[in-house]
Amino acid sequence: MAAQDTSKQVTRRRERLDRGIKVRSEDIYALNSWREALYLLAPRALPVVALVLLQLLAPEYWQRVLISTTVFALLAISWDLAASSGMVCLGQALFFGVGAYLAGIMNHYLGLPPGLTLPLATLGGGVICTVLLLPVLRLRGIYFAMFTLILPLMIERIIEATKVFGGTEGLSGLTPFAHPLWESFLTMAALWVALFGLRRIMASDYGLVLKGINDNDRAVMSAALNIYRYKAQALFLAAATGAFAGAFMTHSYRFVGMPVFALDYSILPIASAAVGGLGTLAGPALGAFILVPLSEMLRGLGGLRIVIYAVLLVVFTVGLPEGVFHYLRRKYTQFERWTEVGK
Amino acid sequence: MTEPAPQPPRDEIILAVEGLSKRFGGVTAVDDVSFNVKQGELLGVIGPNGSGKTTLVNLITGFLQPSTGRVSLKGQDITGGPPYRTAELGLARTFQMVKPFYQLPAFKNVVVALFSPRVKRLAGGAYGDRDAVAKDLLEEVGFERDSWVINKQASVLPHGYLKRLELARCLALRPEVLVLDELFSGLSLAEVASLVPVIEKLMVQGMTIIMVEHRLKELFRIADRVLVLNFGQKIAEGVPAEVMAQPKVRGAYLGSESED
Ligand SMILES: Nc1ncnc2c1ncn2[C@@H]1O[C@H](COP(=O)(O)OP(=O)(O)O)[C@@H](O)[C@H]1O
Ligand SMILES: [Mg+2]
Repeated sequence: MAAQDTSKQVTRRRERLDRGIKVRSEDIYALNSWREALYLLAPRALPVVALVLLQLLAPEYWQRVLISTTVFALLAISWDLAASSGMVCLGQALFFGVGAYLAGIMNHYLGLPPGLTLPLATLGGGVICTVLLLPVLRLRGIYFAMFTLILPLMIERIIEATKVFGGTEGLSGLTPFAHPLWESFLTMAALWVALFGLRRIMASDYGLVLKGINDNDRAVMSAALNIYRYKAQALFLAAATGAFAGAFMTHSYRFVGMPVFALDYSILPIASAAVGGLGTLAGPALGAFILVPLSEMLRGLGGLRIVIYAVLLVVFTVGLPEGVFHYLRRKYTQFERWTEVGK
Repeated sequence: MTEPAPQPPRDEIILAVEGLSKRFGGVTAVDDVSFNVKQGELLGVIGPNGSGKTTLVNLITGFLQPSTGRVSLKGQDITGGPPYRTAELGLARTFQMVKPFYQLPAFKNVVVALFSPRVKRLAGGAYGDRDAVAKDLLEEVGFERDSWVINKQASVLPHGYLKRLELARCLALRPEVLVLDELFSGLSLAEVASLVPVIEKLMVQGMTIIMVEHRLKELFRIADRVLVLNFGQKIAEGVPAEVMAQPKVRGAYLGSESED
C-alpha cells in the first residue's frame, strides 16, 4: 500500500487518504449537494459526452476508427467479466466470430434485417458459446484458457474444410445499417449498456459470488453455491457481449468471413485489460480506447509499427502496473501525503 | 437469523461414515474408517500430522471422491459430493488452510454464503438485509462490531480473524453439522480462549460438531468423544480420558510431535 523509504532512521511512508468529497458523496445526502452530485456524476458522464462529441466532430476516417475502437472495448469488457468470474479466456475471437457468423447467416440465408439479426445473434451467440464451453467449465486456469484459444481456430479450419457459409469466400453483400450515424450511436449505446449494466451486476451480491469464484472456488462451493451454474451464467453474459460486437461488425462491413475468428480479436482485449487495469470492466474499455487509436496513429510507420507498439505496451504496463483506470481513480478519490513512521 | 436450523431429537445418528478409504497413488491417506456422529454431540478427531485428518474432512464434505466407503447425512447418501450439495444439505466445513475471499471486505465474505439457496430456503424465501446479518454473524464469532476490521479487505486481516471468518461463513449456512479442521491452529492461547465460548454456545444451541484439532487440552475440555487416527486408520474412539490412557494412542503421539 505504501512505498517504504528506509534510507534514514526515520521511515517515511506515503499515506493515502480518501478525499473528503469522496467520503461525503458516498452518503445519501450527496443528492442534496450539487458539488457532491457532480463529483459522482462527472467521471461517468464525461466519457459519454466526449465520445458523442468525437463521433459527431471527428473526420470520417477517425469516425470509423472510433467505431472499431468501441467494438474492441466491448470485447475487452467481455474478457474482463469472464476473468473476474474466474475464467481466463484466450479466445474472445470465439464470441466475436460466432456472433458475426450468426448475424451473417440470418441475414444472407433468411433475409432478416439488422434489427432482428443483432438481438438474435447476441442471445444466440451467448447460448452457443456457453454450450460449447460447458464441458470445460470444470477446468481451471490455463487449461480452460487453452481450450478457448483453440476453439475459434478450429472453427476457422472447419469452415475452410467443409466450405459451409461461403467457405473461404465468406458471405458478402449483407444489409448495411440505414445510416452511418445510426452505426456510431448503436455501438456507443451498446458500450454504455454493457459497461454500466455489467458493472452494476458485479457490484451486487450476485457479483460478489462471481468475484468469490475468481478468488477461491472451493470456498464458494463450501458455501453451498453451485459454482458451475454461476460460471455458466457469467460466461453467457460475456459471450453475449462479444457476440453483439461480432454481429455489429458483420453489418458494418456488410461481410463476414473466416478472419472474424482471427487471433487479433483474442489478443487485443487482453492487452487492453493489461493497460487499462483488470477487474473493473471500465479499465479494459479504457485500455481499448488507448490501444486501438494508438495502433491507427502508428499505421504510417510501416514495419516499425509493431516494434513501437510493443515498446509502448511495455511502457504502460511497467509504468502503471495497476492499470490506467486504477491510477486515475486513485488520484480522483484519494490524496497522498508523506508521514513519518517512528522506527 | 442466529438460531440454528430445526434440529431432530438428540442422540439420533445424524452422520454415518462406513468403511471410508482414500488412496493417493501408493499412499492410503484414509484407511477403512467407520464412525457415527450423534445429533448435538461434539466429536473430536485427533492424530499426528499426516495421519489423514484433513483427507477425512474432505471425504465427508464431498471435496474428495473416496476410493471405497459411504457417507450419509440423516440417512441420505452424500458420498463424493459435489461439495455444494453436501453444504446445501446442512454439512458446513472450515478449511485448515484458510480460504477467504481476499479481494472482498471481511463482512462481504459472509454475504457470499448468505447468498446461497439454502439460506433463502431456511429463511422462507425472504433474504433480508444480508450486510446486517453478515455483521451479526461476525460479531458472534468475535469481531468487534463497527470496528475497522469488519470493513477491511480480507487480504490485510490478521490470521486470527481469518480463522473466525471461516467459522462465520459456515454459520451463515445455518448448518446442522459443523466440521472444523484445526480451527485453533496458529492462534495464540488468548485467541483460543476467546473462541472456545463461541463453540460452547453452539453446542448449547444443539449444533453437531466434528472438531479436528491439534490443541488437545482445549479440545478435551469440550469434546464428548474423540476419535484417533494414525496412518489413516482409526486406532481408538471413546471418551477423551479413556482414549488417551490407551498405550497405542500414547505410542502414536510419542515423539511424533509436540502438542501445540
Ligand atoms: N491431494 C493429495 N495427493 C497426494 N497425497 C495426499 C494428498 N492429500 C493428502 N495426501 C497425503 O495423505 C496423507 C494425509 O494427509 P492429511 O489428510 O493432510 O493429514 P493431516 O490433516 O492429518 O495432517 C499425507 O501423507 C499426505 O501427504
Ligand atoms: Mg490437516
